[in-house]
Amino acid sequence: MHLPVSSVPKTKQPDFIADHVRAIPRSGIRDFFEIVQSMEGVISLGIGEPDFVTPWHIREAAIYALERGKTGYTSNLGLLKLREEIARYVNENYSLGYDPANEVLVTVGVSEGLDLALRAVLNPGDEVIYHEPCYVSYSPSIALAHGRAVAVSTREEDEFKLRPEALRAAITPRSKALLLNFPTNPTGAVLLKSELDEIAAICREHNLLVITDEIYSELSYAEAHTSIASLPGMRERTIFLHGFSKAFAMTGFRVGYACAPAPLIDAMMRIHQYGILCAPIVSQEAAVEALRHGRNDMLEMREQYRRRRNLLLHAFRNMGLPCFEPRGAFYLFPSIKSTGLSSHDFAIGLLKQEQVAVVPGTAFGPGGEGYVRCSYATALDQLEIAARRMAKFVGRK
Amino acid sequence: MDEALLNLLEENALSTPESLAAQLNTTPAEIKKRIKQLEKYRVILAYKAIVDDERAKRSSVKAVIEVRVTPEREGGFDRLAHRIAQYREVHSCFLMSGGFDLLVFIEGKTLQEVAGFVSEKLSTLPGVISTATHFNLKTYKQQGVLREAVVNEERLKVSP
Repeated sequence: MHLPVSSVPKTKQPDFIADHVRAIPRSGIRDFFEIVQSMEGVISLGIGEPDFVTPWHIREAAIYALERGKTGYTSNLGLLKLREEIARYVNENYSLGYDPANEVLVTVGVSEGLDLALRAVLNPGDEVIYHEPCYVSYSPSIALAHGRAVAVSTREEDEFKLRPEALRAAITPRSKALLLNFPTNPTGAVLLKSELDEIAAICREHNLLVITDEIYSELSYAEAHTSIASLPGMRERTIFLHGFSKAFAMTGFRVGYACAPAPLIDAMMRIHQYGILCAPIVSQEAAVEALRHGRNDMLEMREQYRRRRNLLLHAFRNMGLPCFEPRGAFYLFPSIKSTGLSSHDFAIGLLKQEQVAVVPGTAFGPGGEGYVRCSYATALDQLEIAARRMAKFVGRK
Repeated sequence: MDEALLNLLEENALSTPESLAAQLNTTPAEIKKRIKQLEKYRVILAYKAIVDDERAKRSSVKAVIEVRVTPEREGGFDRLAHRIAQYREVHSCFLMSGGFDLLVFIEGKTLQEVAGFVSEKLSTLPGVISTATHFNLKTYKQQGVLREAVVNEERLKVSP
């Protein structure tokens, strides 16, 4: 029940907000979300999470954990058995060796892991280089940690890869860290091992720390995924961030992890223990099950994403929207420049005229102008309808 | 490619050649050709709808029968299994390991019809030693499809 608030006398609200928080712009996605949420009959390609419900055996493990009364805190680092499974998993799949005792930290998603990593390493004014278009939280997270966000634009003609020359050009004496996200949200770009080698060499040369968000790494459709942390001389200067949301369709469980050398994990853990204490125990129990028995579910979901990607890519090309073939994640990032519309106007027009929601590329940085992000984490029949509606919309332009 | 194509058709047999082609990075003509081949060689046996009898307000009686039989010299279980499988009432028929030999899924309009089939047709076949009939009381999942779909109603319509 909502109590009426009109009777409360309004006084002038004093401003208590910190400058660096006030400076953070509202998320472009947030504004768009409000409009979409108010409309009926919308097919949304704007969703950055799997459409699959978490596989049953993982949900069942969470239920079982509750039945056994697993309702308390865990170690600040996370359940030891989960850290052991994580160490095994990253060893088998990424050729990374971390000690579960002090080199693995269970976090509340990669979001928390990223925040911890930045806060643990940045002194005020330190620069963090990242590639853009990128996930919406990078620049604000850097600013909240009192760092300076330095964006390097990636371009469609380079398949949205981070080019070594572009990275070099962005380096200054204040550069502290490089933030990577391959496969990339929103472009689906990947970096091959040979390309990572070049990036790694620059990081070693300039003594940069690498924070690598590899949340989409299981969803690689072409080449095998390589983690930059596995390259020679990189382990000691890399914080590897990963989680369960995308590969195991566990977004709402809010569980991820960071792997790094012990001094870095220890520093991150000091922030985590006071800010969060520990990731929720039920989610951690579910995560153990995901790593032990979730592989087939993951592979099956990846196969479905791959087919949907093919379908939507084919549809975009047929309607005359050039689109880079994404190698990972579950997004397509078509160019809508030929329509003569801005990303924002395209997204609003498509939504109002054809009830299809896509996210304007500008939500992921200024370099996203001329593009829209279309998620294919949506049922196939819905994708087909959405593609037909989009073709109608594009045909009218 | 056939394996991927079969997986897609098993998910939805009504998928159009155009949609299948786009998903598998090939042409609709190629898809049509492959499907024709798969049908011709009886890799694809049939296309059917999976119907919820309760919602269709259709009364039917379903049962599973464990059948023990005497295998024949030359032919083993096959000849008798074929004889059983051909009855219209039999929906599926499998040879099993364990305490019985054949597992027979049958369906009829009434209890009498199913009971009559078991007592008059199945049990009297030469070679059938015994039958144990289990009636279906309620269906929760059939052919891989849950009766009650699990959907996340609260999924956000736009998220980063």
